[in-house]
Amino acid sequence: MLIGHQPKEFLLAVEALTVSFDGFKAVNDLSFYVEENEIRVIIGPNGAGKTTVLDLICGKTKATSGSIQFRGKELTRMKENEIVQTGVGRKFQTPSIFEDLTVFENLEISYPRGRTVFGSLAFKRDAVVMDRVEEVAEMIFLKDRLQASAAELSHGQKQWLEIGMLLIQNPDLLMLDEPVAGMSVSERVKTAELLNRIIKDRSVLVIEHDMKFVEDIAHKVTVLHQGQILSEGSMDKVKNDPKVIEVYLGH
Amino acid sequence: MTANRFVNRSDLIGILLLAVFLVVILPLCLDVFRLNLVAKYLTYAFVALGLVICWGYGGILSLGQGVFFGLGGYCMAMFLKLEASSVENTKIQSTPGIPDFMDWNQITSLPYFWRPFHSLTFTVAAIILVPAFFAFIIGAAMFKRRVGGTYFAIITQAVAAILTILIVGQQGYTGGINGMTDLRTLKGWDIRPDHAKIVLYFFEVGCLFACIFIAQFIRHSKLGRILVAMRDKEDRVRFSGYSVANFKIFAFCVAAIFSAIGGAMFALNVGFMSPSFVGIVPSIEMVIYTAVGGRLSILGAVYGTLLVNFAKTSLSESFPELWLFGLGGLFITVVLAFPNGLAGIWGDYVAPRLSSLITSRKPKNGAGWTDKSIADGAPAE
Repeated sequence: MLIGHQPKEFLLAVEALTVSFDGFKAVNDLSFYVEENEIRVIIGPNGAGKTTVLDLICGKTKATSGSIQFRGKELTRMKENEIVQTGVGRKFQTPSIFEDLTVFENLEISYPRGRTVFGSLAFKRDAVVMDRVEEVAEMIFLKDRLQASAAELSHGQKQWLEIGMLLIQNPDLLMLDEPVAGMSVSERVKTAELLNRIIKDRSVLVIEHDMKFVEDIAHKVTVLHQGQILSEGSMDKVKNDPKVIEVYLGH
Repeated sequence: MTANRFVNRSDLIGILLLAVFLVVILPLCLDVFRLNLVAKYLTYAFVALGLVICWGYGGILSLGQGVFFGLGGYCMAMFLKLEASSVENTKIQSTPGIPDFMDWNQITSLPYFWRPFHSLTFTVAAIILVPAFFAFIIGAAMFKRRVGGTYFAIITQAVAAILTILIVGQQGYTGGINGMTDLRTLKGWDIRPDHAKIVLYFFEVGCLFACIFIAQFIRHSKLGRILVAMRDKEDRVRFSGYSVANFKIFAFCVAAIFSAIGGAMFALNVGFMSPSFVGIVPSIEMVIYTAVGGRLSILGAVYGTLLVNFAKTSLSESFPELWLFGLGGLFITVVLAFPNGLAGIWGDYVAPRLSSLITSRKPKNGAGWTDKSIADGAPAE
């Protein structure tokens, strides 16, 4: 950092983050920074702690030590729903949608209004909500399935629905855990197109194994190994890092 | 697209049919004694209604609704008992002016927590607020710590057991195992004669419909959909920005308030209140009523309660030892074979056939039956 310059404001600053499960350190003294509008991909072998990092950021797992600052707010002390309300959205690895509700209702629940008990009692399905739901449904290729039960969707469509539910939340930081896993080739292409469209105007943190997909979207790649950063930088830099080739790409 | 009204047409037809059944058919067909029995059954329908919201929609199985039924019932009974224990009525006691059971237990002045129950306004407020407060405390303690499912059910059972023991043990303050008997008047109006029983029946039905409308409103609000969503994927609700614990507490409190209103109606219609309606067994029976009626159906809960109680009364008269086995068997059958109860059978088999008989031109509602549309036993829009 140059003297005289203001230190750069990061959207997300993870510092010295450690979580230990019965002595096993799944994430060990991890620090990384995500800038505004950056697309960061986390890669790494199985068990490297990738999903745990997302769990820690969204509050699903409590950190043993370290800090996670989002826009200057400490996330490690907040509850899950408060973290969502500060602008962090999370997509899970397996599609996590409400199968007993329709596609429309799934999207509507994610609309960021009436999130308290009495707020939700008073919630009205007005034109603003309907327009937004339809707009998002169109983006996620489900416009003609709005009244269908979410249980009837295919695996790929369920993934899209969950992405749509995050979109309607309009988070500043979107975290996606293997968004194209288990998808057919044509679904993958459509998903990449969808993601490329939605990652504008927000920061995104993605876990993905599909290297072609990673190369397409990543600004910066972080390689995790045994809960620590093995390498970080542009895709080209990471790809040619001997340590990365050794533990991950070489296999 | 369905509008966001809280009663759609098929709901309204169902509610009207139930109204005709309860307000016209039953009073015309039954004598006062039988009508009063129905009134007693219907007090449990309030509990079943609460369980639909809390268990059916929210997925929170409470095996301790008897606690709230009891709290409501005892609040009402305390008011009625105080009115029945005027100085004039109790002049043969060593301390006139206090309930008879207190006198038998050598208590010489009215305990402080009994005193406000001289006021009907206070009593009505207490019937709603005391159980709500209790449910809030239990709910906050459990749900904020993410205790749920079976553990929660077991804890509610423990609470039911504790309250029963407390009531039975504190005989001087509560009337003990006999409960509060010999309730006579409400603000000077005798609740025992036949004409009073009929008036009380209609009053109860009125309250029941008020609760049905509240339940309908909750079900069709976004809160209702969040409850369903929570039952399915709690984490997704949490990560959509909702405090899951608060919604569970709310559902549990609503169920508690409904149960308490039922308990208060019980004290009024039946004329006594005792710990045998508080403990574990009655609490589980109340869950069975809901399961038989259909735990997703607001109206089904009412029919289920009536049906099981009719069966109970007639069968337990003829086969007193076998009845409990019968009830247990019924519960297992319903849970295994018809998880959505009577309402599910109606929605899956009867209603489609009926509607195809009535309007053969209308395209059939084939696939796309969700829990919600089964809920009221009629096709959704």
